[in-house]
Amino acid sequence: MAKINLVIDGKNIAVEEGTTILNAAAQAGIKIPTLCYFKDLNDIGACRICVVEVEGQSKLNAACNTLCEEGMVVKTNSPRVLKARETNLKLILAKHDGNCVTCKRSGNCKLQELTQELNINDNPYEQKAPKDKWDMSLPFTRKDSKCISCMRCIEVCDQIQGVNVWDLIGTGSHARVGVTGAKTLTEAGCAMCGQCVTHCPVGALIERDDTQKLFDAIADPDKIVVAQVAPAVRAAWGDELGLNPEFATEKRMAAAMRRLGVDYVFDTNFTADLTIMEEGSEFIERMTHPGEYKMPMFTSCCPGWVRFVKMHYPEYVNNLSTAKSPQQMFGAVAKSYFAEKIGKEAKDIFCVSIMPCTAKKYECDVPEVNDASDKDVDMVLTTREFGRAVKKLSIIPELLPEEEFDSPLGSGTGAAVIFGATGGVMEAALRSAYFLITGEEVDADAFKDVRGLNGWRDATFQAGDITVRVAIASGLANTRALMEEIKSGRAEYDFVEIMACPGGCAGGGGQPIVDGAELAGERKERLYVIDKKNPLRRSHENPDVQAIYKEFFEKPLSHKSHELLHTKQEDWSL
Amino acid sequence: MSNERIIRPSDADKIMKTLYDDISRRLEGSPTGNCPVELTSAFLKMCLAQSCGKCVPCRIGLDKLAALLDKVLDGEATMADLDVIETTAQAISDSADCAIGFEGAKLVLDGFKAFKDDYVAHVQTGMCTANFHDIPCMAACPAHVDIPGYIGNVQAGNYADAIKTIRKDNPFPSVCGLVCEHPCERDCRRNLVDDAVNIRGLKRVAVEKAGKVATPEVAAATGKKVAIIGGGPSGLTAAYYLRLKGHEVKVFEQRKQLGGMLRYGIPPYRLPDKWLDADIDAIIGTGIEVEKNVSVDKAKFEAIKKEYDAVYLAIGAQKGSGLRVEGEDGEGVMSAVEILRKIGDGEAPSFKGKTVVVIGGGNVAMDATRSSIRLGADKVICAYRRRVEDMPAQTEEIEGAMAEGAEIMSMMAPVKVQLENGKVTGMVLQQQITGPVDRGRPSVSAADAPETVVPCDIVIVAIGQAIDSKPFEENGVPVGRKSNIPTDIFGAVGDGVFAGGDCVFGPETVIRAIEGGKVAASHMDEYLGGNGDIRVAAPRVPASYKFQGPCGRVNLTERPAAERKNDFNLMEFGMSDEECKQECSRCMRCDHYGLGKRKEGTL
Repeated sequence: MAKINLVIDGKNIAVEEGTTILNAAAQAGIKIPTLCYFKDLNDIGACRICVVEVEGQSKLNAACNTLCEEGMVVKTNSPRVLKARETNLKLILAKHDGNCVTCKRSGNCKLQELTQELNINDNPYEQKAPKDKWDMSLPFTRKDSKCISCMRCIEVCDQIQGVNVWDLIGTGSHARVGVTGAKTLTEAGCAMCGQCVTHCPVGALIERDDTQKLFDAIADPDKIVVAQVAPAVRAAWGDELGLNPEFATEKRMAAAMRRLGVDYVFDTNFTADLTIMEEGSEFIERMTHPGEYKMPMFTSCCPGWVRFVKMHYPEYVNNLSTAKSPQQMFGAVAKSYFAEKIGKEAKDIFCVSIMPCTAKKYECDVPEVNDASDKDVDMVLTTREFGRAVKKLSIIPELLPEEEFDSPLGSGTGAAVIFGATGGVMEAALRSAYFLITGEEVDADAFKDVRGLNGWRDATFQAGDITVRVAIASGLANTRALMEEIKSGRAEYDFVEIMACPGGCAGGGGQPIVDGAELAGERKERLYVIDKKNPLRRSHENPDVQAIYKEFFEKPLSHKSHELLHTKQEDWSL
Repeated sequence: MSNERIIRPSDADKIMKTLYDDISRRLEGSPTGNCPVELTSAFLKMCLAQSCGKCVPCRIGLDKLAALLDKVLDGEATMADLDVIETTAQAISDSADCAIGFEGAKLVLDGFKAFKDDYVAHVQTGMCTANFHDIPCMAACPAHVDIPGYIGNVQAGNYADAIKTIRKDNPFPSVCGLVCEHPCERDCRRNLVDDAVNIRGLKRVAVEKAGKVATPEVAAATGKKVAIIGGGPSGLTAAYYLRLKGHEVKVFEQRKQLGGMLRYGIPPYRLPDKWLDADIDAIIGTGIEVEKNVSVDKAKFEAIKKEYDAVYLAIGAQKGSGLRVEGEDGEGVMSAVEILRKIGDGEAPSFKGKTVVVIGGGNVAMDATRSSIRLGADKVICAYRRRVEDMPAQTEEIEGAMAEGAEIMSMMAPVKVQLENGKVTGMVLQQQITGPVDRGRPSVSAADAPETVVPCDIVIVAIGQAIDSKPFEENGVPVGRKSNIPTDIFGAVGDGVFAGGDCVFGPETVIRAIEGGKVAASHMDEYLGGNGDIRVAAPRVPASYKFQGPCGRVNLTERPAAERKNDFNLMEFGMSDEECKQECSRCMRCDHYGLGKRKEGTL
């Protein structure tokens, strides 16, 4: 490709054709401050912070979306640039609620960081933020007073999730981001995936903070607090506490949970293995009884995806596996099997889950997936809230020792841990399905073709005389594309795994935010490392799972498991 | 001492006048789809700034009205406030002492009534129903052609890509390069700086430079059959997109040649056959079957409906409306449609030595006037019953006709055709007087003046066209008040029958006919089992616009009137390379700057 020569701040630079000034500068080690910009997602030039001066041009250019041209001479810090940048930042601040001390994003806020970087000391403009009008009981909250209209949320929901929940409402000085067409979130088709939250540069979009509820339960002498933690949380929890990934091990995470004061530190991995037993058996049942069930079978562990099907493809609701998600299975088991084991009743148990997800906050409130009690999972904290809870108790994360999970709901196989990565549920299911069909074990890495970050992948496997055609998608725009292919008959599969968030739960909407970075890939890889290290890599090998069937459920798809571990998908309300 | 002084405008006055000019240009080139409440509020504040401050309703009333509108915009207003807005505006409108006040209040009142839904939405849901048109030219173009996309290609010298870009949404680049009415230019954001980009002129450059450009590959055969009734712009547009989607398409055309009003309505000095045929050949070249000289009557339509999976009706508005005055069936009276049709088939009579009176003031009247001149008439008079500025014809058409020697008799209504032995000898006209404004334009009535007789040999009636929908009506296609065939917004009539173009809305522009064909093609494809995505992507060139201050717009020039009036050859000159380069550089690339950026690359 042809090279383009230009000068930035006196430095001669040669870049590929089609390179923006922002990227060219970065290649030359020159930083241009940005705010609304998000790589590969948002380069609309709305904030005008990244403006630069190009010699011979009367107006300043946005570096994020202006392409380099031969012979360009660019100044990133000319007096005009500095003045305009500073003015624009002050204008943004004038419409932003600058009460940082109580903002959850303080310390991890692009606007705050920029204000410090540009050394803003005062603001001539009167500060007047719009009033907040939002139902604060929703799993995530949106504050107009904090919103800087960068439109990243609009773009992520449109381009990556293909749902278009957010839109620019109104025009002129009253233009603001809001729900498309004055609808409620459900009317707008929101999956509650939380991708808008993780892409928000400020505190405008934030998960509902439920940490106090946990501390209240811990303080209640009549409650036995049981905590579960989702597979993907272990790949990212350290990021929220400033720990490096090597230090932030699963066992230190268990220790941190224990320090919060919960009575039992359990693992959603246990019910992920249980899910595989139930969902895998269901799949074999569906495969071996052609015509009796709707095919392909869809995974049902991601509540964002389940909401998406119900709202956007309701005709496919009965293609969803009837198996509950690992979170809800855990709640059901904790308040039945486990309660019985410790001689307690369901009402004595308070079940908290730590999830990489905002949609899980919604899921735990759905009456149809609460069968062992009124509320099998009492509350959900995102990975971020978990970090905040640890901080609140002044726990020094760097001093956390490695501790074991409690028994019996604290064990999991490698198959369970990869639930947190796109393709992981499928791979885990195939590892066990192969055994259930053929009675033989297969190498745990035999199905690694389903791994990857591509939005939509498919593969075919042979187990005995059964050929299984599988597909995996993550991100709802990819999902929609896949669904359209299935609907039109252009694609045919037997088993489909969908995760609403790109990359799966590793990239979940409840995960720690590092502004400007998409970390799903990196976090996902950490899960495969943990899988590889685990001597048990197939769900059916989990001894505690084997025990629960022996002592309690009898066998997968038994009457009791149907009662506690399965749901009627069409009954779920939205 | 006497109070008389010689007064010249001060510098401040001059600057204020320039600012007013800037604002009026800005208003003319207004973005569309903005929040109506916010705009009303801004208009109101300007009216208030113009107030002298004497009378209460204007001084205080407009101010309070402005405060109420702000309350609405801030989402703080109640439904009761809306009532206050209405009564206040009404009271100011009724009681202000002069037009500064009562016209200002009327503006709010009219807007309030027209946008009531939007006011209510602001109050009840805090929402605004505004739908900002982020790429103004594209939004204004009925076919939504990617205008910045093809201008970028022209600028880069990628002329074939420019044609492909146009064809993505409009299979008539050549036709539209010459005769499109260019609604895109009206909304061009460049109007805010100086003047609209000459978009049509740049399209013409693309056509002239690109030569023959291959059409996209036709998709795999679907096995579905589509009949198109009428081979005009709408029918051929639908045929083109449906063919590209892999359907088998056949066009049934009543006349000897395809093109409809493009051939039989627009005279060749504006659109030569060669240019028209370039587009038609490309469209038909995708593999479309054509049957000419076939009138679709009741039986034929029935047979077509049986044989084909879907039918598109694009029969146009082919009948000239009658004058309904005495003598209109005399020898020498003809409709504009009739004479233009003969010109289209190269069978036009000579008007040598004749005097022609054309009745009407629209573009068709101008075409008839200017064609009559070219057919050798000694004298051509265009009689119109309103003022010249009320004529629906484009100003450049009227001026062009006048330059070619036509005489415009405005304020003259037809009374009767004077005949001798059944032959036209004159046109009797009655002078009119302009009066109160009715539905946006001044009404006319007979003036207190005697009738005038204009001696002439030929009377051409150009007062409108009618739709001949009888055969379809007889087959159960519902027909509207003006014999038109109404459809839903997808172009569907029902039962696999779709319709579009002039036969739905009455005579409109080429680009409107294309819109109808394109929308229907998309929904017909869906009806036939396709995905309805009829656009074939074309390469785009990223924007590299540099704002360099106001710059004049390149207007296209024409052959001298004295020369061009003698023949039917194309009268307009294209742009030079130099002009094209400058004009391209004026495009502000609203696909990249402003809200349009959100769609860039996906257009």
